[in-house]
Amino acid sequence: MSVLIFVDVAEGHVKKASLEALSYGAKLAEQLGTVAEGVVLGSATEDLSALGKYGVKKIHHVNDQILDHFDAQSYTKAIAQVAEASGAKCLVFSNNVDGKAIAPRLSARLKAGLVTGAIALPETANGFVVKKTVFSGKAFSNVSINTDIKIIALNPNSYKIIVGEGKAEVVAFNATVDQPKTKIIATNKASGEVPLTEAEIVVSAGRGMKGPENWKIIEDLAHSLHAALACSRPVADAHWRPHNEHVGQTGTAIAPNLYIAIGISGAIQHLAGVNRSKVIVVINKDPEAPFFKAADYGIVGDAFEVVPKFTEAVKKMKGIT
Amino acid sequence: MKILVCISKTPDTTAKIAFTDNNSKFDNNGVQWIINPYDEWYSLVRAIELKEADTSTIIHLVTVGAADNDPIIRKALALGGEEAIRVNADSTDCYYIAAQIAAVAKQGGYDLVFTGKETIDYNGSSIGGMVAELLDLPYVSLATKFEWNGNTAKVAREIEGGEEICEVQLPVVVSCQKGVAEQRIPNMRGIMAARTRPLKVVEPAAADSLTSVKSFELPPPKAGVKLVDPENVDELVRLLHEEAKII
Repeated sequence: MSVLIFVDVAEGHVKKASLEALSYGAKLAEQLGTVAEGVVLGSATEDLSALGKYGVKKIHHVNDQILDHFDAQSYTKAIAQVAEASGAKCLVFSNNVDGKAIAPRLSARLKAGLVTGAIALPETANGFVVKKTVFSGKAFSNVSINTDIKIIALNPNSYKIIVGEGKAEVVAFNATVDQPKTKIIATNKASGEVPLTEAEIVVSAGRGMKGPENWKIIEDLAHSLHAALACSRPVADAHWRPHNEHVGQTGTAIAPNLYIAIGISGAIQHLAGVNRSKVIVVINKDPEAPFFKAADYGIVGDAFEVVPKFTEAVKKMKGIT
Repeated sequence: MKILVCISKTPDTTAKIAFTDNNSKFDNNGVQWIINPYDEWYSLVRAIELKEADTSTIIHLVTVGAADNDPIIRKALALGGEEAIRVNADSTDCYYIAAQIAAVAKQGGYDLVFTGKETIDYNGSSIGGMVAELLDLPYVSLATKFEWNGNTAKVAREIEGGEEICEVQLPVVVSCQKGVAEQRIPNMRGIMAARTRPLKVVEPAAADSLTSVKSFELPPPKAGVKLVDPENVDELVRLLHEEAKII
């Protein structure tokens, strides 16, 4: 009986979303009166015992080179073996790209009920009910998991990372790992940029920018805030910006601490993907833009004048000149 | 080559989200239903493109739902596909639905099963992975590009801050999102042809439900926007720094 948290490692480093999952899993273990343990697949350059400060007592490390490359099927088989051997009653994933690929597979493999997109700890006083986002962030549902083993995939940026004291015991786990049926042939990553789903601040712009050549002022603002870039659907559809920047109902759903929307009117489909942001700032020259209704702060003004001033003001505040 | 495309019925993206029966059910009143955009725009259209490139390709559609899904599956057939299968069962449990699709997929012997990356109502993002596990097949999730050649496929999938390109052995299950294809509008010929294409209704296979929805709730309303003078952007930065404490 334990809570087992999947620790997602990319290029040897633990992803931020996994630190949230660890903090969540540790709290859940406390709530259930049991211990939290982690599972790491493949090589890790970080000292895994340091993960103890997020509340896990033990890390099961399946240090097999095959697992250095992500494959949903081989990852699932390895995690299932650890879950069975450690008697895990609850598995916790981040609902990030890798979590979305493997949590459902484990649900089917272990016949364990799954809730993806969880945003809070479950209610366990009477049953096991998890709150999750539905209708692309426009509502929540409370879902009961009715199986002995439970699986939760926690939405990124939904649970605060809790740092405490302690070291985890790192135990090598020998799992039977199959040769994967997928082979990674290339990775294209924009270097030095903040990934959208992990970003605490997101600067997003829409059709109001009039053309892709005008994005410099948006990029400058994003850099000054160490923010990720995003855009509205028409902008991605017109190929002004890459598809992976599209946020909204049919793009990426995000929940950063701060979302700054520039020249975006705020159609219901766009709001659906961003309305879980903690603070929303809207800059739009149209005072009737529906986005203002969903915003915390707003400026009615021309983006081409306001945004450069915004960047300067941020730099001044941060003492960068 | 044979492709199975999973189709789900969802409320229109502009539908008002409300609940009835003491917040235990989605309020269908006045709601327009559409094909889940990820299923339609990306997986179905990509399947049609693959068939256009090789006309010997066979496309089947599958949906799990009651008879009120028929207009949606007909609309999907108007875009493309030789036949559709509707598993006559209504469920909100991902595992139960995945078990139905896996049963259909097993019988049909498909080289490729396409799903959308998620449905825009329950946002489970789970069906593809579950179907793959039930069939013991590889799974590539959140695909942004899909090509195939012989018995392998080349798929790009989203990773944090970029994409990863992998080669995978067929058969495979792939969940699709933006980038895989571009939205198409059905034409009159397709709509007419869809009427004569077979829509088979099959009874569900025995499967357990692992979860159940207890209740829904709407987010609390926002307090209202605080407007800042465009001539005084410093004030916005001060508010974000001192009041909201987020920069």
